[in-house]
Amino acid sequence: MAGFLLKRLAQAIFVVVVVTLIVSVAVRMTGDPALIVAQGATDITEADLERIREGLGLNEPFLKQYLATLSGLFTWDFGRSFLGGTEVSTLIAGALPATLLLAFSSLLVSIVISIPLGIRAAIRRGKWEDQVIRILSLVGLSFPNFWLATMLVLLFSITLHLLPPSGMTGWATLVMPALTMGVILTATNVRLVRTSMLEVMQSQYVMVARAKGLSERSVLYKHALRNSAIPLITFLGLQFGGLLGGIVVVERVFNWPGMGSLAFDAVAARDYPVLQSVIMILSTLIVMVNLLVDIAYGLIDPRIRTE
Amino acid sequence: MTAFFQSRYWSLEFILGAGLTTFIVIGVLLSRWLFPDVGAIDLMARLVPPFERPDHLLGTDPLGRDVMARIFVGGWISLKVGFLSVLGSVVVGVLMGLIAGYYRGVWDIIVMRFADVQLALPFILLAITIIAIVGGSLTNTIILLIVSQWVQYARLVRAQVLALRDREFVLAARAIGVKNRNIIMSHLLPNLMGPVVVLMTLNVANNILLESSLTFLGLGVDPTIPSWGGMLADGRTYLQNAWWVSVFPGVAILLTVLGLNLLGDWLRDTLDPTGRTQK
Repeated sequence: MAGFLLKRLAQAIFVVVVVTLIVSVAVRMTGDPALIVAQGATDITEADLERIREGLGLNEPFLKQYLATLSGLFTWDFGRSFLGGTEVSTLIAGALPATLLLAFSSLLVSIVISIPLGIRAAIRRGKWEDQVIRILSLVGLSFPNFWLATMLVLLFSITLHLLPPSGMTGWATLVMPALTMGVILTATNVRLVRTSMLEVMQSQYVMVARAKGLSERSVLYKHALRNSAIPLITFLGLQFGGLLGGIVVVERVFNWPGMGSLAFDAVAARDYPVLQSVIMILSTLIVMVNLLVDIAYGLIDPRIRTE
Repeated sequence: MTAFFQSRYWSLEFILGAGLTTFIVIGVLLSRWLFPDVGAIDLMARLVPPFERPDHLLGTDPLGRDVMARIFVGGWISLKVGFLSVLGSVVVGVLMGLIAGYYRGVWDIIVMRFADVQLALPFILLAITIIAIVGGSLTNTIILLIVSQWVQYARLVRAQVLALRDREFVLAARAIGVKNRNIIMSHLLPNLMGPVVVLMTLNVANNILLESSLTFLGLGVDPTIPSWGGMLADGRTYLQNAWWVSVFPGVAILLTVLGLNLLGDWLRDTLDPTGRTQK
């Protein structure tokens, strides 16, 4: 078990190092931030630009800058934004909770919808209900997230005047963003619940539970659902990256003040301490979630460790 | 032939998927002839609502351009990105997967570690960073999609090569002195294309979605060329009083992607019954 843990941990660290390296290199190629900082100033000289670069720490060797960025993951010190000089950690502290709130609300929406539907499809396998759920899940999978978001705004804000169209000002503003991502996640999760339920329901312990004369309800929810939860959790972990990618786009549509909005503003302003911190933190988060899922899985199912 | 029509392959999924995909591909291919004056600006006919005028069946946008014509012509971009990016990823990914699985060693390590990195860096985040440097364009979008997706094919092919490389027919070929390259090309490749084709179909659909979101965010294709993502970005400003400008391009994306997903799903049942490409 220790060997398995170490191997997974080494892989995770490797991924974080490579991702941050890619991002640091890429971000430094976006153009000279000194020009952006000096923007608007008249008759700026090369000497002024040089002073700005020195002040921003851009003249340090790349390796030193990179290591400083990487160590930020442990010290929570990501330097200052090029614009306004705010601590990047302050910006992150505002945006990360907003993004996580949206991520977990979307997951919650998707779990609440997909578990009953998936079970229903599994019980009624091959019947029309199964077919309808299958086709509906394909429809859900085919929605462009930003368009679904726009259509919700059209329905709930413009036509029905029920919900505020954008921003983050209380629970009402959470409904549409969470619904958008929730519906899209549901599309894949329904099929997953269905498949894993079908697999479990053919197993011997479910047969035994039936033979003992337990009620169908107890067989389904106590025995089958619990056991099919393991592949479900693994898959949710794998989906986490895609979920964050989707949220970044949806945040933009709803003006949700999360990591996505922060990243887009940073791109426009070539504010690379902010941009690289956002991407680094999100990727690390994804790696950590996958690592935790792997470890949990290894603990529950010993066969995985020896793979 | 009758056996085919009676078989389970002739399912509702196939009919819907093939029907939608064919309709859209043919419509888009013919769009240049059907709508020769697609970009025509007509300020006398701004924001005409749909189903009111026979010459503007789906209405017009704020510049008086016909929405239906722009949807059909804009489909070019989506189909081009979808097919070319998948084609590129398949060529690179299948080759790398074959090498990694057959020869193992350093190639195998590179492919698998690259797969880990790809999993941790969502496409949209990578795209935001890279597009900020190189700028948004059709070519860049396609290259970016290939860079971030080839590894999916490499993993799929590698896993299958590992399962196949010690089977009797491969060992037999090796024993009679067939060259490695020929074993890969004529013994392994034909045996593992099923799941690859399934993944390709689903990825064309997925890449059409990704391209349209990039263009919607202003990071993709040139906004002056008609494209579905671009039309949706324009339409958002007029959502209050002209819903049709935002609704119909989205419907076009939805139907195209749905058609391909239905086909992919049907192909999976047909070509890959053991579910190796199961999401």
